[in-house]
Amino acid sequence: MNHTLDGLLVLVVLLDFFALGTSRVMALIRASAMQGVVLAGVPLLVHAEISGHALLIAVGSLVVKGFVVPLLLMRAIRDVTIRREVEPLIGFTASLLLGGLGAGLALVFSGHLPLAPEHAQAQLVPASFATIFTGFLMLTTRQKAITQVVGYMFLDNGIFLFGLLLIDAMPFLVEVGVLLDLVVAVFVMGIILHRIQRTFSTINTTQFSTLKE
Amino acid sequence: MSPLPLVLAPLGFAAVALAMPSNRWRPVVLPIGALCHLALVIAVLAHGDSTAASGWLSLDPLARLVLLTVALLFTCCALYAPGYLAVRHDRPNRRFCSGLLLQVAMLSLVAMSHHLGLLWVGLEATTLASAPLLYFNQTPRALEAAWKFLLIGSVGIALALLGSFFLAYSELATQQPSSLQFDDLMAAAPQLSKPWLHAAFVTLLVGYGTKMGLAPMHTWKPDAYGEAPGILGAMLAGGLTTGAFLAILRMLALMHAAGEGSFARPILVFMGLLSMVFAAVFMVRQKDIKRMLAYSSVEHMGILALGAGIGGLAMFGALFHMLNNAMTKAVLFLSVGNIHRAFGSKSTDDVTGALGRVPVSAALFLAGFLAITGSPPFGPFVSEFTIARAAFADGQPVAGGLYLALLMAVFLGMGSTVLAVVQGESPSPSSTNSGHVDRPSLTLPIVFALLVVLGLGIWLPGPLRDLLDRASAYVEARP
Repeated sequence: MNHTLDGLLVLVVLLDFFALGTSRVMALIRASAMQGVVLAGVPLLVHAEISGHALLIAVGSLVVKGFVVPLLLMRAIRDVTIRREVEPLIGFTASLLLGGLGAGLALVFSGHLPLAPEHAQAQLVPASFATIFTGFLMLTTRQKAITQVVGYMFLDNGIFLFGLLLIDAMPFLVEVGVLLDLVVAVFVMGIILHRIQRTFSTINTTQFSTLKE
Repeated sequence: MSPLPLVLAPLGFAAVALAMPSNRWRPVVLPIGALCHLALVIAVLAHGDSTAASGWLSLDPLARLVLLTVALLFTCCALYAPGYLAVRHDRPNRRFCSGLLLQVAMLSLVAMSHHLGLLWVGLEATTLASAPLLYFNQTPRALEAAWKFLLIGSVGIALALLGSFFLAYSELATQQPSSLQFDDLMAAAPQLSKPWLHAAFVTLLVGYGTKMGLAPMHTWKPDAYGEAPGILGAMLAGGLTTGAFLAILRMLALMHAAGEGSFARPILVFMGLLSMVFAAVFMVRQKDIKRMLAYSSVEHMGILALGAGIGGLAMFGALFHMLNNAMTKAVLFLSVGNIHRAFGSKSTDDVTGALGRVPVSAALFLAGFLAITGSPPFGPFVSEFTIARAAFADGQPVAGGLYLALLMAVFLGMGSTVLAVVQGESPSPSSTNSGHVDRPSLTLPIVFALLVVLGLGIWLPGPLRDLLDRASAYVEARP
């Protein structure tokens, strides 16, 4: 059982690396969708027996992170002609290296955390921190608005992964609220993205230079 | 009395606004909804101390104070709205009206929620409700502001979720059943795992601090406030930020209950002073009036954090300042909105001699400036002075001295911009005159807000003093 879980988590981290190394926007969205699908399997494996609660969370995150949000993003960039992230602030190779470094640090760092004994063995915490780090890296170094939204998705996936340790503490209603907020956030971001494209004829946030000191 | 109507009533009015077909009559829903909400809040406050431990929603003293703040602020803004939207009759206002009501519903939910998850969902919902409102003017600059607001706000709030998870884990790490229910956490506070608790506090402070606009996470603020319509600016600066501060206070209460106040308080003092420094630096020679107000908001968020960090009497001052700040921000943002309309510009290059063109709005703006910078006899003077007195009495003369020096710096920086706006000769009417003049529907709501600020400075009503006392005792986990 635990081997399957570790396999899934390795897949999650590999998708982080893939996202950091690719320049194609569509591939990025697909990577985040795939990560969403993989994540949906994790709640079923964290605990020994599968509870109804875990099953609902798995289905919810599969639908939201695997399908709804990626489709919203793809719809938002339907008319956008440029499909590549050009000139990130940090090059793709460099961000890949940074991502690897981040994952390594996450592993070391988690080893020192006072985790509950039943979680000490699991690789859930390092995978979560590595994904959060990936999200931050994409948010800060990519210039296209769409790539930043995907970065936000990775950040959210990482936090979701940590939240799975607390599956008993989170009432289902709150989980639903969190997922719903995510959908609405990406929906609103999609609308704004569309307007940005129409107004500025580009979705480069470097065009956003009117408002600064 | 059940707390639910406080959330459901504005939600219902938001639905009414959404369904109403007439662009002309829709804004009337706002004052009706606001007065209903205010009446409900007053009924709840008058109802006394039946703190029904319903678990998820609770009317503790802190919640009552925030509800009062939000209701009073929203009433001013909503009374102003029909006049404003009548001037802007060319713009569809369906989203604007329902969005504002939704924001108030969610802020009420945030105020009362005793569950960290619910609190998070509520604050995220206020962000999402505000973003489309920022785009009301549909200019490229408004779009840029809405994007920054949404993205930075979402990242901040995502961090807050991580912090909430850390907090829940601090229970799990000591083999207790974990829960995000606030009352359970308070009861279990002394046994929580300290490293996780510290991590949770820092992460939540950064997350909700972003929402609140504490420096250096304030970068969305000048853009958003600069482009927002006056009403939304007031609601963001007085409502949304108050909600985020409440979240930080709830976390602070938990730290106090866990006996970790000495860890949390210096961090808050530092963040508070840092925000004031940022505000003072960027306020100097600020040409954009609305951006100046944004930095003023950063400053006052700093004062709130500082007061909470010093604690004791300063906590009382900070909570009182929360109410004062919200009402004074209503005066400032709404009067600047009028001036902006009269001159068709918000840069001091074009706006001079406002006293000549829109005398009432300009006088209100000047009074609002005096109030927010802590001049007697307005409310903020009392609260800012209380914090200073507490800082010196508590043996923190360095923080107290810096605080007073920064207040003075802000006064000077802000004063030069404000005086340039109100005094002097109006530019020749042909160039920038939009033909807009003062009218009662756009000045009386501001007068009302100013009277509240003035009243709070002259006389603090007994029940309010009592509420502030109980709220500060609650945050500091004193019996």
